[in-house]
Amino acid sequence: MIAEIGLAALWLAAALAALQLFAGVLALRQEQGEDGELARLMRPAAMVQALLATLAFFMLMWCFAITDLSVKLVAANSHSLKPMLYKVTGTWGNHEGSMLLWVAVMALSGGLIGWLEKRLPVRTMQATLATQGFVALGFYAFLLLSSNPFERLPIPAPEGQGLNPLLQDIGLALHPPTLYIGYVGLSVAFSFAIGALLTRNVTPEFARVMRPWVLGAWVFLTLGITAGSYWAYYELGWGGWWFWDPVENASLMPWLAATALLHSTSVLAARDALRTWTIMLGVVAFSMSMLGTFLVRSGVLTSVHAFAVDPERGSFILVLLAIYIGGSLAIFALRAGTVAEGKRFAMSSRDGALVFNNVMLSAILGIVLLGTLYPLLTEAFDIRVSVGPPYFNPVSAIFAVPMFLVMAAGPLMRWREDKPARIQMELGIVGAIIVSVLVLVAVLGDYSVLAILGLALSAGLAIASFLPLRGRKLSRVPLATWGMVLAHFGVAVSLFGMASESAFTKERLSAVIAGESQQVAGWNITLESVDPIAGPNWTAMEARVLAQRGEGAAAVMIPQARNFWAPAQATSESALLTRWDGQLYAVIGDSAGVDANGNQRWQLRIWWKPFVTFIWYGGLLIAFGGTLAIIGRVSADLKRRRAVLRGTEKRAEVEALKHGELGEAALAKDAQGKAHNEAHGEPA
Amino acid sequence: MRWTLWIPLGLFVFFLGLAGYQLTQPKDDQIPSAMVEKALPEFELPAAVEAMPGASRADFIGGKPKLLNIWASWCLPCIAEAKQLEVLEGQGVEIIGVAIRDKPEDVANFLERYGNPYTRIGKDDISSLMLEIGASGVPETYVIDAEGVIRYQHIGDIRLEHIPLLLEELKKAEA
Repeated sequence: MIAEIGLAALWLAAALAALQLFAGVLALRQEQGEDGELARLMRPAAMVQALLATLAFFMLMWCFAITDLSVKLVAANSHSLKPMLYKVTGTWGNHEGSMLLWVAVMALSGGLIGWLEKRLPVRTMQATLATQGFVALGFYAFLLLSSNPFERLPIPAPEGQGLNPLLQDIGLALHPPTLYIGYVGLSVAFSFAIGALLTRNVTPEFARVMRPWVLGAWVFLTLGITAGSYWAYYELGWGGWWFWDPVENASLMPWLAATALLHSTSVLAARDALRTWTIMLGVVAFSMSMLGTFLVRSGVLTSVHAFAVDPERGSFILVLLAIYIGGSLAIFALRAGTVAEGKRFAMSSRDGALVFNNVMLSAILGIVLLGTLYPLLTEAFDIRVSVGPPYFNPVSAIFAVPMFLVMAAGPLMRWREDKPARIQMELGIVGAIIVSVLVLVAVLGDYSVLAILGLALSAGLAIASFLPLRGRKLSRVPLATWGMVLAHFGVAVSLFGMASESAFTKERLSAVIAGESQQVAGWNITLESVDPIAGPNWTAMEARVLAQRGEGAAAVMIPQARNFWAPAQATSESALLTRWDGQLYAVIGDSAGVDANGNQRWQLRIWWKPFVTFIWYGGLLIAFGGTLAIIGRVSADLKRRRAVLRGTEKRAEVEALKHGELGEAALAKDAQGKAHNEAHGEPA
Repeated sequence: MRWTLWIPLGLFVFFLGLAGYQLTQPKDDQIPSAMVEKALPEFELPAAVEAMPGASRADFIGGKPKLLNIWASWCLPCIAEAKQLEVLEGQGVEIIGVAIRDKPEDVANFLERYGNPYTRIGKDDISSLMLEIGASGVPETYVIDAEGVIRYQHIGDIRLEHIPLLLEELKKAEA
């Protein structure tokens, strides 16, 4: 019954998406000012659709929670013996469930704009909601026609077939939903961009409306990538935090596009410049999300995420891509020419710096895209290649290095036009820091060029990110500016972590017997014992490793080599010891025979990674900065709006006075005004 | 109209063509074991059911090439391939089974319901042989020659069309 409720809700939601599209198209074809009956249904349709899609998702979650083995999806992906937490997270640990999560989030964000967004002209709003409905409709069709999550089995399965053991981890509970909210949040920016393009309404006001949505999606993407990177770091047991895997790139590309979009939106909002470019990025950002989904789901590329593969569904998503990306790019090509480019500005100005970094971000995006799709291209000629760090690292650095330099200077400059001479003091300080760190590190040790550059740039950027606050009264600095400062500082922190990890990591692989000690980077590591243990659905060899630094107390690390059954798979659970200045990372491997005295030897791999945690702290800082910026922007906008509204009321009162309509009428108007304000209290 | 505005669409259409072409290409997504053409690892597994002996590497040495079938009573494709294993047995092929993470009573039930083509069945409770031999799932079937060398790996359930293939490989292993 529960599965059927979910399915019915999904069909109804799809019908409402169709209504939204249909009503929107009709409304746009009518003359300005005429509002049809149908057009008034668009906002409620979006809201109810959000409720229904969310209901469908929770119904599926229920099926997973009670392990209803008559539902095919549950039987194929769950197991009655699995811990409850992983039964629930298993809802989105598979293709159908994750696509349902995708449409649920999409409907929710559509519902949110339908409910809260009252700032744009009616027609632009209609076009936006119609676009949102159109995109949602495709994904409903995909779910209902080719990957129905609620399909029943003719005979209930005796037992579920389990879940990929790599996915039985708390990381899975957080990583995909956050990423999906980010991916799908960009659909709102996409719909806004198409709506504005269709109604030729690309204005600073439009940019201000779109900005919180872009920021929101971007914050979630940042968190999702950060969480995903940390998950891969401790779960895969390879000691790396970024592998340039196609699926990782699939999450990085929308982030790069969203970062560029975020900054170009700021230029549009503040200066009414970069109109077509902003629209273009709005289209590209969501296109990258869909492309990412296609790459993950279709299996055209081989990756560590291969558990998600299905070529037939790949064709379906490809058709959706052709309609949405192809369609929007065609509209862009046809319409963008009619949107005036907007105001001009000098290259040495804040606008100029933002444009420069926009181009750099887009170049990095292009490089990642090319590297990700290159194997697809060569496979067409029967050559199998794998593109990895030797390509991505140096080639993206070509654009990243100037980007970081401009990023240090940009926030110090004025809009429209500025002379570099005005901020030569600040530029001098930052330049001196970068050069001195560069020289110091290069002289003191033998490190890779990229690591040295990274360390120097991160030091310069860390200082530069706080310089915009210099000479200002801190209590009066707008929240959005604090957000920018913290986010830029987060980039510096993250960059420092990456550079430090790649420059200073110490690694040691050895075969040791219980009781044997060894030294790694000032740590005294002793393998105390190795014992077999059993978990709910796995067995493991568990090592007890004592780690001691100097004269300090020894800490215990417990790495495991796990064997899951149903399906059978071996994973290594690394053990991490976090200190303020880095992490000790231990992995226990296979047994490595016996020594001369007949003692069992074990492979033990130890890394000391100085400041590696800064990578993720930086990510969190960036996301926190983004959150501050949303709050700052929205509240400033609300304040401005109230002021405008009060102004209008004042004028109306003066008019009323003139006409002698004093007393009750004016009081009533005042009360009405207040109620009006409260009703509009919380637009996004 | 500016032609530069069409560049993104042009690039995208190129991608569509490429991805569409790639999707229609057959994709080999099976993971072959690195152990093929190498010696079967040393192992000695206790009996999975009381009535039959367990399995060890020594059982493969000498005589004709044999099949090593990795299966489990809880595995649905194993039910599907049971008939084909019987056919192979009928052709005079010796099949040694290894039951993965199984209970004796479940194994006995399975053999009673779906037939017993095995001469011996070992019991692998921690998937140790499975991991050593490079099997990525259940079921998998290996052709082992008289010297104890792995000659061929079949991934997934054995269907009707695979029987001649396996017989062929067994014959090749004899030479």
